[in-house]
Amino acid sequence: MDLQIALMLAQDGLTNGAIYALLALALVLVFAVTRVIFIPQGEFVAYGALTLAMMQGGHVPATVWLLVAMGAAGALLDGTAALRAGQPRRLVAVLGWNLAYPLGLAALLAALPVATLPLAAQVLLALAVVVPIGPLLYRLVFQPITDAPVLILLIVSVAVHVAMVGLGLLFFGAEGQRTPAFSEASFELGSLTVSGQTIWVVLSSLVLIVALYRFFERTLYGKALRATAINRNGARLMGISPSLAGKLTFFLAALIGALSGVLIAPITTVYYDTGFLIGLKGFVAAIIGGLASYPLAAVGAVLVGLLESFSSFWASAFKEVIVFTLIIPVLLWRSLTSHHVEEEE
Amino acid sequence: MKFKHLAGSLLAAALSLGVAHAEIRIGVVSSSTGPIAMVGIPQKNTVALMPTKAGGETIRYIALDDGSDPTASVVAIKKLISEEKVDAIIGPSGSPNAMGVIQFIAEAGVPLLAPVGTAAVVLPMNDQKKWVFKTTQNDGLIASALLDHMVRSGVKTVGFIGTADPYGENWGKVFADGAAKKGIRIVAEERFQRQDPSVTAQALKLIAAKPDAVLIAAPGTPAVLPQLALVERGYKGRFYQTHGAALPDFLKLGGKKVEGTVLAASLMLVLDQVPDSHPSKKIARNYVAAYEKAYGAAPATFGGNMFDAGLLLERAIPSALAKGKPGTAEFRSALRDALEQTREMPATQGVYNMTPADHSGFDERGRELITVSNGTWTLVK
Repeated sequence: MDLQIALMLAQDGLTNGAIYALLALALVLVFAVTRVIFIPQGEFVAYGALTLAMMQGGHVPATVWLLVAMGAAGALLDGTAALRAGQPRRLVAVLGWNLAYPLGLAALLAALPVATLPLAAQVLLALAVVVPIGPLLYRLVFQPITDAPVLILLIVSVAVHVAMVGLGLLFFGAEGQRTPAFSEASFELGSLTVSGQTIWVVLSSLVLIVALYRFFERTLYGKALRATAINRNGARLMGISPSLAGKLTFFLAALIGALSGVLIAPITTVYYDTGFLIGLKGFVAAIIGGLASYPLAAVGAVLVGLLESFSSFWASAFKEVIVFTLIIPVLLWRSLTSHHVEEEE
Repeated sequence: MKFKHLAGSLLAAALSLGVAHAEIRIGVVSSSTGPIAMVGIPQKNTVALMPTKAGGETIRYIALDDGSDPTASVVAIKKLISEEKVDAIIGPSGSPNAMGVIQFIAEAGVPLLAPVGTAAVVLPMNDQKKWVFKTTQNDGLIASALLDHMVRSGVKTVGFIGTADPYGENWGKVFADGAAKKGIRIVAEERFQRQDPSVTAQALKLIAAKPDAVLIAAPGTPAVLPQLALVERGYKGRFYQTHGAALPDFLKLGGKKVEGTVLAASLMLVLDQVPDSHPSKKIARNYVAAYEKAYGAAPATFGGNMFDAGLLLERAIPSALAKGKPGTAEFRSALRDALEQTREMPATQGVYNMTPADHSGFDERGRELITVSNGTWTLVK
């Protein structure tokens, strides 16, 4: 192994680490605000990438029908509640977001020649389809059990993961897909060739991380989320709606997931079940951050990416073993250095 | 009340009718969901196209899905044997799944036709495995075709990269054995996972070993990823693929970067280029046409493996019927014997010649050397 190979491996590790970092941030965010360990985070990666690939194949992405179905269920739940409360204006808003938006989007996708649109428009459409699944998921699955213990939330989260993987197989088929790169450019850095897509991945991750930081520090909604994460009851007493916080969190998680998917689709072949493994590596990073610290989770993600890259080089057959074994010393270190707090039931 | 009575007696009549007509019951276990669904889906789809009559009796297929889970395969096989009382079983789709069910089908004395990749289900032959017949080419048969081509084109050193699953492992073993005999040196051996976001590290290691050619052993579209990674990192040598890559999506995903790849697989990929004299050509063409008509897309080879199992049974059933009634142990045992007697039977994958020692039964008519040229599969002349 010479310096050039080491640099290439580092570059590869950093690219993957950037994706893991995004997912780790989403996992920490969801856990902090809703106490849900969000196993289906990875599925949004696969959904985002494959929805884009399906559009480029000239099909109406099947995910939009999932959105329509979930929207209809949400409309039924929230609509009846609004009717009972006698709030016709709320009803209009509920129907607009849950019924009119998915149906309008489906009509738009059917009408537009999606396969020939510029890549940026395709990406935006893919995000428009996949991201709203996040808040709807919260509304339909997690909102009715917000006060359940963490263990029950985890079990439900596993169930959602299994359901989403199964639907993914139905929507996208068993074979993998790739999408064209955002840019075919490549740059020579000394002896190192850096592809345009790698730069896209790293830059997008950085931009997203900075944007999230600004969002939490500067905006009212961001502060509301932080307040909910610190103390749910206290935040509720201050007039922050827990269901709004939940939906917003899931919106962000879905956005991060789908965007990661769109970013990696040109680098690797994405399968309907690719997301799980990527999500798990994000989870390892999130654990390094104790499911609480954003900067530590991001550092952990880069560490996971580098470890994965170098262990693939040295012992490719044992790569996953090495990456996931990392979690044991980390857990030991964390449990020895931090005080254990029993969860209040 | 009256209606209930009527319905009841009709149901009874229907049931007795079913008993009177001794139909032949064939169980099918495929993995149409889960990680190896790309293998299982064409197999499940193929069931509807398989022969429905043999020796004047109706064949009924009872299809179950095992979700790619070996434990679920065992449960499904046991259910087929004890509840459905099947006369033979086709499946499962995956190699580990098939390995896990052999002891149970041998115990119950039910012939198993396994459309799986690994030769371990029929080799080495023993008292349990004599109930198993395999409808895919043994890895060794494909490997010897690739090795011959390597020798002809002067390849001296090979880098190997395979999936970290039984498919890649077995190929690693079979290829190493064959290469040693031909004097070809394996200079690097790497593994990767289907869902890996990148195989750059493995590609770098392969390139550093400077092999004349690289062999990639992966089932289905995962075979594309290492090849693209190697090409992008500037590897200029020749690429070899296994029959696992023999599907249309390989070309779609690989595009220009898989140009010139050499692989050996059944004739299904290059039907139009195979001479009409090839005994399998007509059968394979009819199967592909029927599949396209029913599902709107060409089947992957995995579907052909399933179809062949149906053809083998169709050929064996008449002689087994002479020895016993469907649903009895005599019939199942006679069916096994008849399957073992299969001689010179052309099917979609090649020509089967079963013997007590060889329960896969392919010869060189079961493989073609194929290369990718101008974005299409081309027969190597």
